[in-house]
Amino acid sequence: MTRPTSATSSADAPLVSVRDLTKHYGGGRGFLGASKFAVKAIDGISFDIAPGETLGLVGESGSGKSTTGRVVLQLESPTGGDVLFRGQSLVGLSPRQLKPFRREMQVVFQDPYAALNPRMTVGDFVAEPLIVHKLAKGSERADRTAELFRRVGLDPAFMKRYPHEFSGGQRQRVNIARAVAMEPSFIVADEPITALDVSIQAQIVNLFQDLQESLGIAYLFVAHDLSMVRYLCHRVAVMLRGRIVEMAPTEAIFTDARHPYTRALLSAIPVPDPDIEANRRHLAYDVDANPPAPDAALREVGPDHFLLA
Amino acid sequence: MRSFFSALLRSKAGLFGWIILSIFVLAALLAPVLGLDSPVRGSLSARLDPPTWTGLFSPGPHPLGTDQLGRDILSRIIYGSRVTLAVAAAAVILGGIVGVGLGIVAGYFRGMTDRILMRLVDIQLAFPLMLLALLVVAALGPSLRNIIIVLALTSWIRYARIIRGQVLAVREREFVQSARAIGSGTLRIMFRHILPNVLTPALVVGTLELARVIIMDAALSFLGLGVPPPAPSWGRMLADGRTYLSTAWWIVTFPGLAIVLTVLSVNLVGDWLRDYFDPKQRGLK
Amino acid sequence: MTAPLLEVKNLSVVFDTEGGTVHAVNDVSYTIEAGETLGIVGESGSGKSVHVLAMLGLIPRPPGRIVSGSVLFEGRDLLKLSEAELRNIRGGRIGFVFQDPMTSLNPVLTVERQLIEPLTRHEGLSRRKARERAVELLDLVGIPSADRRIGQYPHQFSGGMRQRVMIAIGLACSPKLLIADEATTALDVTVQAQVLDLVRDLKKRFGTTVIWITHDMGVVAGLADNVQVMYGGRIMERGPVRSIFKQPHSAYTWGLLRSLPHGETRLTKRLYQIPGQPPDLTEPPVGDPFAPRNPFATPRCFTETPPLRQIEGMAPGHQVAAWYDLPALLAAEQGTER
Repeated sequence: MTRPTSATSSADAPLVSVRDLTKHYGGGRGFLGASKFAVKAIDGISFDIAPGETLGLVGESGSGKSTTGRVVLQLESPTGGDVLFRGQSLVGLSPRQLKPFRREMQVVFQDPYAALNPRMTVGDFVAEPLIVHKLAKGSERADRTAELFRRVGLDPAFMKRYPHEFSGGQRQRVNIARAVAMEPSFIVADEPITALDVSIQAQIVNLFQDLQESLGIAYLFVAHDLSMVRYLCHRVAVMLRGRIVEMAPTEAIFTDARHPYTRALLSAIPVPDPDIEANRRHLAYDVDANPPAPDAALREVGPDHFLLA
Repeated sequence: MRSFFSALLRSKAGLFGWIILSIFVLAALLAPVLGLDSPVRGSLSARLDPPTWTGLFSPGPHPLGTDQLGRDILSRIIYGSRVTLAVAAAAVILGGIVGVGLGIVAGYFRGMTDRILMRLVDIQLAFPLMLLALLVVAALGPSLRNIIIVLALTSWIRYARIIRGQVLAVREREFVQSARAIGSGTLRIMFRHILPNVLTPALVVGTLELARVIIMDAALSFLGLGVPPPAPSWGRMLADGRTYLSTAWWIVTFPGLAIVLTVLSVNLVGDWLRDYFDPKQRGLK
Repeated sequence: MTAPLLEVKNLSVVFDTEGGTVHAVNDVSYTIEAGETLGIVGESGSGKSVHVLAMLGLIPRPPGRIVSGSVLFEGRDLLKLSEAELRNIRGGRIGFVFQDPMTSLNPVLTVERQLIEPLTRHEGLSRRKARERAVELLDLVGIPSADRRIGQYPHQFSGGMRQRVMIAIGLACSPKLLIADEATTALDVTVQAQVLDLVRDLKKRFGTTVIWITHDMGVVAGLADNVQVMYGGRIMERGPVRSIFKQPHSAYTWGLLRSLPHGETRLTKRLYQIPGQPPDLTEPPVGDPFAPRNPFATPRCFTETPPLRQIEGMAPGHQVAAWYDLPALLAAEQGTER
């Protein structure tokens, strides 16, 4: 099995390493002992993320990209393979053993409303990590929460309000404030701008970027919007049916895509320019006719450019 | 709060339910200061007096008449409501605490815990609740405390079932995942994140249960297994009065009416609460 | 010139909610010529979907209320029609496709039943004829082995195939006007591309007039002849697609286009961001709804609502609701930078 390492990560040790990760749903024995068909949500993927790096994970619904994010964070346990954080394996750890790692790895979800507890003030919600990890008490906690609000561009006066009083973009800022409360080194951002209004998306993308610059956070940016991925990510991995079919530095993916599925995906992004759109041809890729071969492995086809073949 | 009242004014049935229920609750609370006749002591000279307003021979001021021992029926209904409402509320709250607690445990942990608890619920549901209640009261003896325990015992299962279903949905919500991602412990997730989000359905189940428990309490009293005399109770008033049905219809009619009105109003309030808390019913986002 | 196919005049829609009256659509007027494809762009709360639902009689009333306006379609005012008459037009002369094919399709009826219904109802076809036509339609929207699949239930179709079924239903009675509301938003990009190709093909073959409502500027760029940008329940700008994208006159359109990455990477520049939050429509701002977020806003923008009009230097058919002259301001800004 090839173990892809990026140019950035060969200099430093990787922050996050994913090795031959698999996640199957179902399977096992069903009612009356009938064996059920297992869905391979993730089917043997490997990648590294360097400190301060953004890896884009793109794919369509059912590709396994969101599951990957949850398994990396150990919100779901993998069926096989390993997830290493600063070289330490996270798989099989108890919640208590995982707790110190939780300070370092955080998550921002797609739907900013569903991610907020509707019965908790946003101030309490943002401060919760500080309570859970006993990082601050009393007035110091209130001060730090206010500081977090300012950091993500929210007025600390909003701390006493409930989620339904906010717009989508503000809710996502609340979620981001909570995620950065413990100053993590790694955040899984699961389609964090998809549910936002167009006029708000750039605000949130810029916020992610500012936080990376000031705090050195590494991101696993799960997305289907390739134009934002191009803008935000250092490297991109393309997932199809639980496999990574291509992984390369962002520009290589956009200018020198090798896998036909990557090309189909690129050709399908609508471009906000009528002149370009007028002459575009959409490439089709029939996944059912050409699923990723079970015995295929990632091979290096260019500098840091890997292709499933 | 303003939206609560404006929503109430828009629903005639809900408003009716709230008004009737408030009247009963207020009457029960204020019974000692209403200047009513004694609900327990009667006067033999005033036996089976018809209600004053019927225009029939009626010497005393008994708006709803008197029973076979000459006790004032209005007073017995109001004092009876104290017992009935207190027993029912205590049973519903006790059952609610147990049921919601076990429902959360079953829904959150799933697996074996869930299976055991839910089979228990299934077994109890397969058993006629009335029979169960009769057996337990017969075994423990009818006292106020035992009646409450018995009624709570028939009540927790409904909470447990519904709350478990809610928890199964809530635990998959992203804020619960987010709580796990920051390293929150199980108790914290259950109390801070899940419980507050299932309280609304618990409240709705509670009102519907209240109606059911009131009827069951009346039935137990009717069968002589309710709160022991001399405390007045609606169920026993029905039982006592049924032999006089042809001569003194008022003895059973008014307690019966009281049961119907309370249960109806509680149900209306329950339905209204469900609509009120259902975000889909509440205007547009 | 013949009369337009659809003429919306001064349409205003409000919703009475507990939090107050939401002014969802404010004085919207526009026309569509037969054969035209109009892209309506806007974000949530812009009124882009609500005004269309309102003119088809599909908003719940109450809390919704049409305050004013008329919608002339083939010479009849849709807002004055009875529910029965509207039902005859919906799915007949006007076909529509909504965002979520799973909730728009009835899960317990086969696709055949759902496709045949409008055909027997509006076209008066016999069941046998209707079935033949239904298979043709599925064929047309690119569903393979339509003859077999027509007997299946919605859950047996993939997301993209389901949306094709929705389009087939929308097209069943050869509508004069097809309205699609975020019809590809829930789909994967590759599937979206196929559906858009299909719509382009249908336009070419049948000359169907299309209103395509979306938040995605990219989709509009590839599909529309004319674009109408909505914000805060108002039309901000409207005109030929090239003109809108190449020389926007509304600061909102300009900001949206600029905030989208055009193939740059983070190394080259920071994304332009529109400041602020979308307006609260229970207390709509006085004047230009975008003014509070608009760096080019003039004092007049905060006091007086600008009418939709053509200003000097605009391409034919291009109109904007603005008190400022955006290209002139941008040119001046560039001048000072140099």
